[in-house]
Amino acid sequence: MMNDVTKKDKDEFRREFKSWLSAECVRDPGFILPETFMEVGSDQQFEFLREWQYKLWSAGYLGMGWPKEYGGGGVSTAYQKIVDEELAAFRAPIAINAVGLNWTGPLIKDFGTEEQKLRYLKGILSAEDIWCQGFSEPDNGSDLGNVQCRAVRDGDEYVVNGSKIWTTLGNYAKYMILLARTDPDASRKYDGLSFFLAPMTVEGIDPRPIQKLTGEYGFCETFFTDARIPQDCLMGEEGAGWRVAMQTLQYERGAEAGAAGGQIATVVGVDRVIDSLRSVQRDGQPILDDPVVRDQLVSFFIRWRVCNLLDIRSAIPALTSDYPSSLLLSRKLIGTEFIRALRKFTIQCHGANGGLYVGDEGAIEGGFWQRGYLNSFSATIGGGTSQIQANIVAERVLGLPKS
Amino acid sequence: MEQLQTIEFNDEQAMLLESARNFCADKSTISDVRSLLQDELGYRQDIWDDIVQLGWTGITIPEIWGGSQLGIGSVLPVIETMGRHLLSTPFIDTTLAIQAIMRAGDKSHKDCWLPRLAEGTVATVALLENEDWGSNDLQCCVEPCGNGWVLSGAKMMVPYAHCAELFVVVVGHQDNVALALVTRDQLDESAISPHVLIDETKRASRVDFSGVRLSHEALMTVDTIKATQDLRLLGALMVAAEATGSAAACLDTTVEYLNTRKQFGRLIGSYQALKHTAVDILLEIDSAKTLLYQAVTVIDDNALDTEQEIACRMAKTQASEALAYAGDRAVQFHGAMGFSYECDAQLYVRRAQWLQQQYGDAYHHRKRLASLLLD
Repeated sequence: MMNDVTKKDKDEFRREFKSWLSAECVRDPGFILPETFMEVGSDQQFEFLREWQYKLWSAGYLGMGWPKEYGGGGVSTAYQKIVDEELAAFRAPIAINAVGLNWTGPLIKDFGTEEQKLRYLKGILSAEDIWCQGFSEPDNGSDLGNVQCRAVRDGDEYVVNGSKIWTTLGNYAKYMILLARTDPDASRKYDGLSFFLAPMTVEGIDPRPIQKLTGEYGFCETFFTDARIPQDCLMGEEGAGWRVAMQTLQYERGAEAGAAGGQIATVVGVDRVIDSLRSVQRDGQPILDDPVVRDQLVSFFIRWRVCNLLDIRSAIPALTSDYPSSLLLSRKLIGTEFIRALRKFTIQCHGANGGLYVGDEGAIEGGFWQRGYLNSFSATIGGGTSQIQANIVAERVLGLPKS
Repeated sequence: MEQLQTIEFNDEQAMLLESARNFCADKSTISDVRSLLQDELGYRQDIWDDIVQLGWTGITIPEIWGGSQLGIGSVLPVIETMGRHLLSTPFIDTTLAIQAIMRAGDKSHKDCWLPRLAEGTVATVALLENEDWGSNDLQCCVEPCGNGWVLSGAKMMVPYAHCAELFVVVVGHQDNVALALVTRDQLDESAISPHVLIDETKRASRVDFSGVRLSHEALMTVDTIKATQDLRLLGALMVAAEATGSAAACLDTTVEYLNTRKQFGRLIGSYQALKHTAVDILLEIDSAKTLLYQAVTVIDDNALDTEQEIACRMAKTQASEALAYAGDRAVQFHGAMGFSYECDAQLYVRRAQWLQQQYGDAYHHRKRLASLLLD
């Protein structure tokens, strides 16, 4: 039944959705919007995006592949795929509840109890319940197995102490997926961890926004001081937290299907850079006629094509036999460094206007490119820095010794 | 604007690739390669015969002329593999000559030459007259003479001219371009002067065609402007395949050294200055390979369209730069050893300089891509 969607059905649905989108979607609310869910810096942006997600869901265009009884559409995921493609093409605003839609939701849907599914899934889709993630700690960035935040069982509650950092949407979230240490004496450090669907609303949890290099907010450092969370928000068994967290990361990295849909980040390609340069002059001529700029743009075009083809080639074993794991282990490094370099180049091309920032009337596209460049470091640093990624590729793909 | 691209690779191509890998690994070890560096012919006749026996010279030739008609997309993985083992023969040049006849020849040209080329007759394309790959000026031209034609002028960098039986010569013809079919017996020995090439695994010569008389049928004049443009692109694509393979071999050589050489009590591959650069080289090679196989996917026997042209130019740009980078760093990372003739790094850095120029360097192709992508 799931695969019984004909081309005619799809085409018809695409037409229907496109017309809904152009009638209902506001791309420019009159203030600059975040490009990713990690960049929500003001209440105004938050409320706008939350309303947009609610609108998308209540019209039936989000969670289309999730079961009806949990707030989903109960139809083939093929429809959601069409929606996502059209959202990207239309440059629609992002779906804000990304942690819920893309990794917590699929996790609960696939591994949660019936009660957990009924309690959490619908609120994830409607954006009534915003979710955040409590994995990284101030002293443990890439080394997740070393999590120190403590959760101690006390009757039918756990008492949590410690802190988490880079909690996206922490100050707006109703729930957190929390990885905490329940047994500091476990023989393997991984066995001492447990995974919670923790309420953010109890006393003793204090998310403090961190100001980013852009001047905006978007992340928090979250402090736990004797915060009491109910025992039944444990996901899986006590001590099974590492396994649940790894499963969550599979969803986060897109290795497993199940996401509810919606875009979590604006897609910026070389075509959009060229659009932004169409009115820019250099040496009294259109910058797009400058031979050096043209040469560089072509290089970006080439890298862009390589990024778009990476997953396709990695799925063909005959074409990956030299270094079988190379493409999979280098994709984050390639993709994030490409975007950072492209952003940096674009600002350089903007002439004197490249020096204007969000808030200045003359800033090109409201400072979209400047802010985007600064924010692009979140991807070259978060989830393992590019330098750590290069070590991983050197050691696991090329077999070079550890540093 | 950028359209959605894909890569497809069928079972037949995968089998061909596998058989090429086994053949090249067996027939072209580094000591085999080195044994041919000073050799006059530059390759082993028995290996060329094996290549013919395997049917590779007929891959792009239709069945009615004795080929297997698998198409140009199936010949590229074979060339990549030859590049990976530094196996140099007139294979690319013979294949390009076949493409010239298929794209500009009439039935009589095909009847006459394709079966012989499938059976191993060595052919080459004489294109270049000076250092400028971007020039369309032709000093080498044909004039009417009796019932046929007479040629004047010389070509340079003609690959494997010293052993070719057939020359496809790009010539000026009444303000147009024509492709002349010249056979070896029409040339004096003194007409062919070998160049000294930076890549000692390759052979090429200056060839003076002045005074060569051609029969009326030996000149291809239909669709020749487009065919010549396409030959330049297909040449670039085949060289891209070879360079991509050679770059991967070069990286293997470097990585092996980083994993064995110790300094200050540590394997030098543990130093991040070296290991991160090795990763950069790997990513450049992976990019080259991705673009090569995207081109493999779109290329066919028809006159090249814009998308196919873009694919050829991107593949050549990336492959040239990947090999130039890999070869340059291979010498440096081998330290003092890298400065010696004995060290294999020289084979790659020298090949990189030759291949990057063949059918246009990266800047040449990016300049043309700019018009195709930005305007």
